[in-house]
Amino acid sequence: MAKDVAVIGVGQSYFVRGYEGSIRELAFEAFREAMQDAGITTKDIDASVFCSAPEYDKQRSPAGVLAEYLGLIPQPTFYIETVCSSSSTGVKVAYSMIKSGLHDVVVVLGFQKMSEITSAESQERMGRGADIQWESPFGTMMPAYYALYAQAYMAKNGLTHEDLMNVRIKSATYGQINERAVYRKGVTKDDFDPNNPNARMAAPVAWPLRVGDACANADGSSCIILANAEKAKAISKKPIWILGIGAASEAVNMAARPDFSKGLRAAYKAAEQAYNMAGIKPNDVKVAEVHDCFTIAEIMAYEALGFAPPGEGKQLIREKATYKEGKIPVNIDGGLLSKGHPIGATGGSQIRTIVLQLRGEAGPMQVPGEPDIGLVHNVGGVGLYANVTIFGR
Amino acid sequence: MGFEKFGRKSFTAITKTAKFVDFLAEGKINGTVCKKCGAKYFPPRADCAACFSNEMDWFEMPKKGKLETYTIAYYAPFGFEADCPYTMGVVEFEGGLKLFARLSKDLKPEDIKTGMDVSVRPIKYEDGQLSFEIVKL
Repeated sequence: MAKDVAVIGVGQSYFVRGYEGSIRELAFEAFREAMQDAGITTKDIDASVFCSAPEYDKQRSPAGVLAEYLGLIPQPTFYIETVCSSSSTGVKVAYSMIKSGLHDVVVVLGFQKMSEITSAESQERMGRGADIQWESPFGTMMPAYYALYAQAYMAKNGLTHEDLMNVRIKSATYGQINERAVYRKGVTKDDFDPNNPNARMAAPVAWPLRVGDACANADGSSCIILANAEKAKAISKKPIWILGIGAASEAVNMAARPDFSKGLRAAYKAAEQAYNMAGIKPNDVKVAEVHDCFTIAEIMAYEALGFAPPGEGKQLIREKATYKEGKIPVNIDGGLLSKGHPIGATGGSQIRTIVLQLRGEAGPMQVPGEPDIGLVHNVGGVGLYANVTIFGR
Repeated sequence: MGFEKFGRKSFTAITKTAKFVDFLAEGKINGTVCKKCGAKYFPPRADCAACFSNEMDWFEMPKKGKLETYTIAYYAPFGFEADCPYTMGVVEFEGGLKLFARLSKDLKPEDIKTGMDVSVRPIKYEDGQLSFEIVKL
């Protein structure tokens, strides 16, 4: 496995509801931490890449504005978008910029301030991340799209609502110990009990998915600083190398999708590429972050990544194999479900978590056994885009 | 122009496939088929991704299919709230063509099962908007 490009600095803001500041100030929170983590100055940065889902941004062409605020002019800067996977796409682009020899050190900054629009408006805008000509006219939204996968998957593979609930309970277990998470509360069976008048998570949103099956909107930012081998070794005591990158796309229209009971095809393809490039197998992965925008998405991710055979993802949650002490710990930072999902910041946040795990700096979330290989699975839209990135010490 | 009449609420006014809406008014749900290579598309396309031709014919979609999957929306995006709850699903026809639409309002949740036999039909809303929906066979 080639060690050509490394992560030398990571940062993330607190993920919150209603950030008390503008997008440039939000971006600075993650940037400050990543720069201090790397121990470098803005003179060391050769280029910057900014990532968000533009439907939330009032600022047009945010890259220039943010680059100025971060002190990254006159270096080149530009903007990357693949909805919810924008910042892992940004990392792929930065990797290519460095691997090509064009630049030595590149900053990838993901951000999203979702709180300026209502939840319904947000759903409509994310729905329009789908096919606005042929599907939005029916009143589609993200939960409904994932529910189409959930319905077909559950009918075929015997996955139950209890399994989905247990994914949510797991994420809440770790959201409680992640001080940067937006949802810090625990979740119990009672929260999903439709007969419990105080149940927070039982109401159906898009059947078979309920409130508790959906991730939390949040405002947040993430920052990943990448460098070539020479700079990484000079700058960083603990460079974390990018060993494999895979990316794929899928038809936007549901009418052009393959079998819904088999999960997201783009994620399978991205995983296969990343494993091949890294020259490793799924059971070499010691810790993973997966895109659990909905509980069903985590189960489907287990299978796309080869942690479980097709249709058998439910066994991992039933056996608690994806808990911190399990054989393949997944989303030990609370995931999108509890940590929160500030669209453009999510991929970078997942990468930060894996980098901290591989450095042994994840604090109360640290996976035991000094993990040496970690994986990030970040999906944009309803599997419209998928990125799988593998990291190693 | 013309495509703003499609669906509960359209986000697209101008498309080369706007004739789709005229067919709906005639009671037909049509896809497009490439005159050069025969590739079939639903939803309709003006251009063939298989051979790059822009010469397309219209064909009428099959009537019988199976409900591959569905969801019942209890929350709706901005502008669709009055319709809640509503059901949307994907129909798979023999030969592999698929279609996404709402299910008919008179289908109760307990009557809906994945894999059940369904048909599709054009509908006209009270405000004159034209669409199509999935019905039980």
